[in-house]
Amino acid sequence: MAGNEPSARPRSPHLQVYKWTPAMAVSILHRASGDGLAIVGACMFLWWLGALAAGPDAYAAFLACVWHDPSPDVGIVHQITNIVGKVVLVGLTWAFFQHLFSGLRHFVLDTGAGYELKTNKLWSIAVITGGVLATAATWLYIMAEAL
Amino acid sequence: MGNGTHLGKVRGLGSSGHGSQHWLQQRLTALANILLVGFLFVSLVRLPLGDHAAVLRWASNPTVALALILMVVSVFWHLRLGLTVLIEDYVHGEATRLLSLVLLNFYAIGGAAYGIFAIVRIVLAPAAGLAPGGM
Repeated sequence: MAGNEPSARPRSPHLQVYKWTPAMAVSILHRASGDGLAIVGACMFLWWLGALAAGPDAYAAFLACVWHDPSPDVGIVHQITNIVGKVVLVGLTWAFFQHLFSGLRHFVLDTGAGYELKTNKLWSIAVITGGVLATAATWLYIMAEAL
Repeated sequence: MGNGTHLGKVRGLGSSGHGSQHWLQQRLTALANILLVGFLFVSLVRLPLGDHAAVLRWASNPTVALALILMVVSVFWHLRLGLTVLIEDYVHGEATRLLSLVLLNFYAIGGAAYGIFAIVRIVLAPAAGLAPGGM
């Protein structure tokens, strides 16, 4: 913990003085996407699964909250949650692909490969790009199906 | 804590021999997650999610239900390992850290139990002669 050192020993420079590199970005994104999936993703999944088990009415209530409320006069709460729900689902899709691709990168790094500076940078950029592209492809597919 | 020796001072403050176990479990559950969450992801994209009866029919297939139960175990195990490291890195006070870790364990075990019970309910409600949502 910077600032809490008991002695005047040399300190490591703070994070903000480093120049951001793709490897640093992919590292913190792995944690951020993993924590998002662990908390928001797991809770959304349990909510969906619980509603599915609880019967058609509970399932309809779940859909009306998260995705689309079919009633003629939709309340302000569902108008908001219908938007938030879609944003969260797109975010979870991105977090899923980011964490998946970044995790696959970690499996390769575990073998001792891919630490050369250029290779490391290339695959860090590939992971971030792949996560965004796969998310876009998924939602384009979903929207094409819905039409 | 500790008897003054270097080893005594650090005992109980770190991985103390369990670091590789955490690492290995994280990798094994990650591997299982690729298969099982991948299966869920493809299913969710392809299913008519607005149709309760259709989704219920899918989830009550024994193979699907088994995959979902395995997925819940693997996912909650994996997220418990990941969030443990998050708390150890960012929560500094000893009391708040302990409380956070206790709450995390409640969440991980409680969430997994809730998920598994929901799947069992989906599969066994018809066998018990109950309508969907019964039990």
